[in-house]
Amino acid sequence: MTRYIIRRLLWGVLLLVVVLALLFVMFYILPTADPAKLRAGRLQNPKIIAEIRHTYGLDKSLPAQFWLYLKNLFLHFNLGYSYYSNAPVKELIFNRLPATLSLVLGGAVIWVIAGLSVGIISARRAGSRLDRASMGTALVFVSAPEYWLGLLALFFFASDIGKIHLLPGAGSYVGLTAEPAKWFTSLIMPWLVVAAGTAAIYARLIRGSLIETMGEDYIRTARAKGLTERRVVLRHGLRSAINPIVTVLGVDIAVLLGSSVLVETVFDIPGIGRLNYIAITHSDYPIIQGTVLFASLFVIVANIVVDIAYAFLDPRVRYS
Amino acid sequence: MSGLGDGPLLRVEDLHVEFPTEDGVVHAVDGITYEVARGRTLGIVGESGSGKTVSSLTTLGLTRTQGARVSGRISFEGKDLVTLPDRELRAIRGNEIAMIFQDPLSSLHPFFQVGTQLIEAIRAHRDVSKAAARERAIELLGLVGIPDASRRVCEYPHEFSGGMRQRAMIAMALANEPKLLIADEPTTALDVTVQAQILALLESLQRELGMAIVIITHDLGVVAEMADDIAVMYAGRIVETASAKEMFAGPEHPYTWGLLKSVPSLSASRDVELVPISGQPPSLIRRPSGCHFHPRCPYAQPDHARIDPHLEPVSGNPAHHVACLLQSEQRKRLWAELAKGATPEQAREAVGLPAPETDLARTGA
Repeated sequence: MTRYIIRRLLWGVLLLVVVLALLFVMFYILPTADPAKLRAGRLQNPKIIAEIRHTYGLDKSLPAQFWLYLKNLFLHFNLGYSYYSNAPVKELIFNRLPATLSLVLGGAVIWVIAGLSVGIISARRAGSRLDRASMGTALVFVSAPEYWLGLLALFFFASDIGKIHLLPGAGSYVGLTAEPAKWFTSLIMPWLVVAAGTAAIYARLIRGSLIETMGEDYIRTARAKGLTERRVVLRHGLRSAINPIVTVLGVDIAVLLGSSVLVETVFDIPGIGRLNYIAITHSDYPIIQGTVLFASLFVIVANIVVDIAYAFLDPRVRYS
Repeated sequence: MSGLGDGPLLRVEDLHVEFPTEDGVVHAVDGITYEVARGRTLGIVGESGSGKTVSSLTTLGLTRTQGARVSGRISFEGKDLVTLPDRELRAIRGNEIAMIFQDPLSSLHPFFQVGTQLIEAIRAHRDVSKAAARERAIELLGLVGIPDASRRVCEYPHEFSGGMRQRAMIAMALANEPKLLIADEPTTALDVTVQAQILALLESLQRELGMAIVIITHDLGVVAEMADDIAVMYAGRIVETASAKEMFAGPEHPYTWGLLKSVPSLSASRDVELVPISGQPPSLIRRPSGCHFHPRCPYAQPDHARIDPHLEPVSGNPAHHVACLLQSEQRKRLWAELAKGATPEQAREAVGLPAPETDLARTGA
């Protein structure tokens, strides 16, 4: 098991280097705009541009530049500086991370709880009106784009522009440590919007998975033992039905951590997605590169965690 | 004389189990009656789809969750298991009546240790600590012949061999010393050598614990070895019932003959041909008219498609019942011919019965 984990981690590092190479190609070779010119801003004269080129190593060969980039990243954890604000990218990302973590992890709690509850109830009453209503609603949420849901939520419930002045609207986010109560209320709408689609997918997933599991022979055995139906479903049934959820949960969280652009933009939450959005509008390549790197890192780590978790969830899986 | 201790442990009376489906109502069990006395073994024999498993699952109330319509009575120690509330039935399940199933791998939960599953079975009915239940689990695994039980209690089902798994299932069923054990095809999924071990284990445990056993099987060899009494089921009904000795010495129903003649026997001479029962088991939604077996019966007469036979005592033996429209005398002569090695056609001619008019075309009418 330990050897398996070490091997997976090494593979993860290799994968990260490949991602970095792709990013490098995308941002340093493909763009038509000259990074040095972008960096120079309004002070465009050949001397300054040449100077910038030299400072950032842009006059070196491409492999040498890539090597320099890797060295800066791995030895100094230096992600470069924003073309626009001159601030270190690392700092920008770390400042934005708490907001994104708040949004995604809170959303994940909601979508797991909502998805599981709806899925279990639907599975136990498959074919009933309640089941059909829940699955119909789930289909709507799966299909609805989250920026549209977000705008609808603001339109109806935001305390400033909403039809009902219920919850703080866009731009009301404050840090958890600054004002916990305001942090919570300002995130209720974003959480629900971010959770809606995934909760709907999980509900459908767990419903199908649980219905299938409840037909297994070992469920009949559990009933034959004289266990309560509640215990049969929640312990024996769910224990098997939950596996596909665990598989997707890690990756879903990771993907959202790197790409919650739409929800953060609609609700004006100062997270990584918002940072990324602004960077794209300013062609601020070091930031885009940094955020994409972080997103890749989340996905790679999540995949490793999921694989390891799987070995603990299913004793028949033994990695070697 | 009367009182709970003297009657049969389990008495099933006119039990009907139906499943409404989109294609129509499946008559899985159609009015069966049988008894099991304390400490005795009843073998229920029949093809797949004859209703033998459904009737046993119904005894434990396990068909309730599948939307079954159940009528009749299942008396167990003075309680009617058909009408008993779920809560009370649950107190009997796995406690006074336990069940083991055909495929021990799929019947054990793949994600829980064998010991955990045993402990759960014990604690479902006994208010004991986890540690005490664990001790008992190890003791039970030892009892069913699993070596090194204190180590294997922590293993998962996939780490056990097929025979071991069935032993673990038996240990789980015996956890609360049930008065009745229902074994549904307990050896079908196992190797032949392991089959014999499992049957021997069940017999020795029965002697030790004094429980009654209902063993469900399609294998006459299994009931020959274990059962005191045998009920033969066909299309949801019992077509013949007798003591095991009687059933093998003088079977009365053409379906029972078919079962006996289609099993190879070590004692019979090698040129006695095996005769399979022709045709397919009938649909339980649209069952054949009259005697349900008539489309496949080599001795069927025209009026057998009309008249529905009842289970009646065989002349001269009130403990032996059969549901057949042939005359008693004809049946005795037919079996005498078959026992000598005649084919069904030869036996029919020897007894002077006319051949069924339109062969097997009526199957599944």
